[in-house]
Amino acid sequence: MHRPGDGQPPTTPAGRRTGLLLFWLYVALYGGFMALVLVRPDLLSKRPFGGVNLAIAYGMGLIAAAFLLAVVYMVLRSDRSGG
Amino acid sequence: MLHETSATAVAIFAAFVLGVLGLSFFLGRRGQSAAGYYAAHGQIHWFVNGIAFAGDYLSAASFLGICGMIAFTGYDGFLYSIGFLAGWIVALFVIAEPIKALGRFTFADALDARFRSRGIKLAVAISTLVVSVFYLIPQMVGAGSLIRPLLGLPHEAGVILVGVTVTLIVVTAGMVSTTWVQFIKGSLLVFFCGVLTVLILQRGLKENAGRPGTEDLTPQVRTVTPAGAVLVDGVAQSRDHDLRPVGTIAALPARFAGRRETGPLGALEYLAVLEDSSIVTWAGKKAATAAGTETTFTPVVRSGAELLKPGGSFKGLTTGKLADRLDFASLMLALFCGTASLPHILIRYYTVKDGEAARRSTVVGIAAIGVFYVLTLYLGLGAMTSGALDPTDTNMAAPLLAKSFNDTLFAVVSAIAFTTVLGTVSGLIMAGSGAVAHDLVEHVLGVAMTDHEKVRCGKVAAVVLGVVAMGLGIVFRDFNVSFLVGWAFNIAASANLPALVMLLFWPRTTKQGIVAAVTVGMLSSLAWILLSADTFEKVYGWSREAAPMPFSQPGLVTIPLGFVVLVAVSLLTAPRPAEGRT
Repeated sequence: MHRPGDGQPPTTPAGRRTGLLLFWLYVALYGGFMALVLVRPDLLSKRPFGGVNLAIAYGMGLIAAAFLLAVVYMVLRSDRSGG
Repeated sequence: MLHETSATAVAIFAAFVLGVLGLSFFLGRRGQSAAGYYAAHGQIHWFVNGIAFAGDYLSAASFLGICGMIAFTGYDGFLYSIGFLAGWIVALFVIAEPIKALGRFTFADALDARFRSRGIKLAVAISTLVVSVFYLIPQMVGAGSLIRPLLGLPHEAGVILVGVTVTLIVVTAGMVSTTWVQFIKGSLLVFFCGVLTVLILQRGLKENAGRPGTEDLTPQVRTVTPAGAVLVDGVAQSRDHDLRPVGTIAALPARFAGRRETGPLGALEYLAVLEDSSIVTWAGKKAATAAGTETTFTPVVRSGAELLKPGGSFKGLTTGKLADRLDFASLMLALFCGTASLPHILIRYYTVKDGEAARRSTVVGIAAIGVFYVLTLYLGLGAMTSGALDPTDTNMAAPLLAKSFNDTLFAVVSAIAFTTVLGTVSGLIMAGSGAVAHDLVEHVLGVAMTDHEKVRCGKVAAVVLGVVAMGLGIVFRDFNVSFLVGWAFNIAASANLPALVMLLFWPRTTKQGIVAAVTVGMLSSLAWILLSADTFEKVYGWSREAAPMPFSQPGLVTIPLGFVVLVAVSLLTAPRPAEGRT
């Protein structure tokens, strides 16, 4: 078992790849939102979701996406490590 | 505004604070060794630790600051919610497990795990202290804001009450009691915010908040005379002659013609109706006059559609000025990168037993924090239309929203907000005291200490930090707490993240590279903030135009600068093949 402070992170290469893949996926979602706010803020006033505008829908979506990706990561890592 | 205190409010508040203190004294028996005091022996269950993450993270900025910003300026406060939560993605996918594996008591332990360098310990300990102090300021300001309407005491009394209580919590039991305080606070905060949101949706939206007098849109003037007396519209402030509470709907959408209220609304319907309504928001403008410092509060009737899109607070998003847009982008980058660089968050990874528990507790934390941030939107918008806002204090929006329902809820929400401050401040003081005792005194100064002495040294450091925090909380009393937290995130992300990420992902990182990155990131972000237009205007009282920095938030420049410095210095100091690594 890995001991704290021995200088070597214990994450397996596969685990690290999974984490980084999900990280970059979220960066793309977050970056897309920031690009809309900075470059095309007019689009955020559109109301495609039951009268709720895109600014709120995308913001809520980012919060939900963070949770979903976190759960996916936990499940994938549990499968690989056997718990 | 002057607020009336009630015996119920005082009783509920006292019960919360005494309960927290009692828990601390009870748990104090478990944390007497250094491993117990600084890391709770690594025996906290991952679920408890996950909720404690939420307790640590959901500070006065999240609860009081974001709700206040949404209530007064609309959607832009929600941008903080989005950025604060996004930062947890970095924590989970990049930082959580390595930090748990590399460190023991403090953040410096993790960065120094490979090199065993006094230079790294010194640089990281100082950065931990700087970030902790910057993060402490808004918490103390929030405490001062809360105490005025709740107990009728001045701002300074709230700050001192928090400072003394927190110092007692930390000194009695360290990380064990801090964790349980965070767990209880996190659970209560999310639960009662959920209750408030249900009440907001049940109440629906009402023109003029259903309260007589709120339709009066005459500007209000508050004057503080050179002698310190407060005048409202030129007459001495009293309970009978005070500023009017503000924040109302002027007109509901056309489909509610002939009705003055909507009745209960669903979660999405609430947002849709609000977007089609006209809303009255109030903004204050200060001016120095012969009579003293005058703040004129003026109403503006705006469409809901305008308030529910970005640009209400971040003016650069609507004016189109490049510097203002960069300022906004810089803040959002700092929020994204800052979470995983906050010392009081990072040390919580040492309280669980292994990497798997660290991962699970982060997921639980993300769930609790995510739910809370969704609720902040409803709390802020509910406050915006409650007719209960104090125009002089944006930080009081959430408690005053609760007061618009009943006094008991106000007392409970204020007490939870106060516990929120207690929890976050205790986490910050723990991180700071660890940096002083474990990093600076033991490793940098080389003072050999027994286990007992190490704990005692940490407790002395906690008392000193508590006193510093109280002083700063009084000095910065007029600031919005979310705004202040933005500074802490910028400094944390600039100083800590480049070193942490490169240590994990770039094998050629050297100890000199880490020291240089931490030092340059911290100093450059600090200097940028001190020379920014926001600081010139709000801290020094000087003209914004005199500030040398092109925009106020440094992260967009200083975070990449940390990476560049680390790479350059590491390449310059790379060991020759025969030497091997140090």
